[in-house]
Amino acid sequence: MAVKARKPGFSPRLVRVLGQVLGFAALCLGAFLFLFPFYYMVVGALQERPDPSIAGAFPGPDELSLVNFQQINERVPLLQALLNSLIYTGGVILGTLTIGILAGYALSRLRWRGRELVFNIVLLTLIVPFQLLMIPMYVMVVRTWGLGDTYLGMILPFLVNSTAVFVFRQFFLQIPEEMLDAARIDGAGELRILTQIVLPLSRPAILTAGLITFIGPWNEFLWPFLVTKQQELQPLAVALANYISTVAASTANPFGAILAGAVVLAIPAVALFVIFQRYFVQSETSAGLKE
Amino acid sequence: MSAGTVRYAGYLFILPYLTFLGLFIAYPLGFAVWMSFYDYFFAAPGAVVERPFVGLENYRALILEDGIFHTTLGNIAVFIAVNVPLTTVLAIVLATALNARLPGRTFFRTSYYLPYVTASVAIIAVWGYLFFSDGLVNRVLGDLAPEPSWLVNRTWAMIVVALLVTWKNLGYYVLLYLAALQNIPRQLYEAAEVDGAGVLAKFRHITIPGLRPATVLVVILSTIIGANLFTEPYLLTNGGGPENQTLSPVLYMYQKGIEQADAGYAAAIGVTLSIGVLTIAAVQRFALERD
Repeated sequence: MAVKARKPGFSPRLVRVLGQVLGFAALCLGAFLFLFPFYYMVVGALQERPDPSIAGAFPGPDELSLVNFQQINERVPLLQALLNSLIYTGGVILGTLTIGILAGYALSRLRWRGRELVFNIVLLTLIVPFQLLMIPMYVMVVRTWGLGDTYLGMILPFLVNSTAVFVFRQFFLQIPEEMLDAARIDGAGELRILTQIVLPLSRPAILTAGLITFIGPWNEFLWPFLVTKQQELQPLAVALANYISTVAASTANPFGAILAGAVVLAIPAVALFVIFQRYFVQSETSAGLKE
Repeated sequence: MSAGTVRYAGYLFILPYLTFLGLFIAYPLGFAVWMSFYDYFFAAPGAVVERPFVGLENYRALILEDGIFHTTLGNIAVFIAVNVPLTTVLAIVLATALNARLPGRTFFRTSYYLPYVTASVAIIAVWGYLFFSDGLVNRVLGDLAPEPSWLVNRTWAMIVVALLVTWKNLGYYVLLYLAALQNIPRQLYEAAEVDGAGVLAKFRHITIPGLRPATVLVVILSTIIGANLFTEPYLLTNGGGPENQTLSPVLYMYQKGIEQADAGYAAAIGVTLSIGVLTIAAVQRFALERD
């Protein structure tokens, strides 16, 4: 196409239309490649015995059943695993919102010596690779503190994240100084200003930070995998991964139960994203470009 | 209210966050470096074990003698060679196509972002189903399917892992580029049109240079994320197989540090890897930012 477009005899208008058609075709092809695995995940989960043939990708309604969900539930109790994921994720969100809001407020609206230094340290933590921290963190949390197989051990290293601190800092910076000063003149303390003036204005930022924080621990595998050995405490991602790695070798066609577990794991994050996508998009782009 | 109370509040509000950074970033960082100079083994609780200082011995053995570590570096080089250029090119193409006034933009943006918010474990489940020896990909390819199949093929296994990660994270980078495209002044395109520049000339001489800061970020971020590879080779290719061809440095660190309890050696892997990644990121930044 590149060569064609440069040849004389093609009007600029034609080239533009051609470009748009090509762009649209690329987007459609992309959307197919991105959505098909999700469709295939659901189809495989709903087939009693997943059929990997081409025709098997398009089963009739009478070929569908929920038996795989029952099967995975026998090996990985789904309600317990979902509850573990929820406690883990909830703990992280709670910590991130409290610590992150306090830090974001201190870094944006309070004046204190060392603020710039601390802000630069926060920036610096973004480039510390997690692989460097993995082994010492494991020694500290699991071996020294004895927090293996506890929710606290899973939550602590994720208790707050720098991205959330950024989101709060950027949002709080937009609140007019006069509003805060007026409250200060009335004798309100900073905690009171934060909870009664700043936070009610900051619902979008809280929602954004909560959502981006949700997908972290909900999808996280490595750390909770290191911390939990008992299945009763494992979040769904870990329990399902353990099922995959033990069953893959021993069963001929283990995919039905695996895909059913994958669907259950994927649905909450995907649903939250589709419902609140405008909040995700804002945060990711602004946080990313500010690094 | 006095300036004094505000300053005091600043320290109080930042304290929880600073405590977190100290305990879960700074301390493990120092501990990792310290540990890497010792023969640091785990022991049963209560047992007293010798953990002698060994100087640079862990590093010497790792860098000069450990053939498996060298293999992991080669593997991750293959991964990055596939993942980073593909990510950058596809993200620019899709973001440019999405930036035009076309129907269904929200739909496209949502579909590209979907894998990014989905748990790796769920995505690995469906990719394993697509790419197993009797899976849909091979059924479609027929005689063209590689032998042995993708995930057990010494050449193809790492490429499939790299494609999976490209696919999973691409939506995030598309959004970064989409945001960066908004920052390129319209007038540049208008001036070029007056000079008779075609679609491709504008793309080459305005869009690509205008996106350079975003490209620096995309290349560095995808390299760092690639160097952290763990879950995909652990689950999709059954612990780094075939014959260690997808074994990543972080997976090897896990095997050494946690399965074999040799934390000192694993910490040396982490430190070496982090220095390597930060050096590569600095080189990439230097190379991409100058003309």
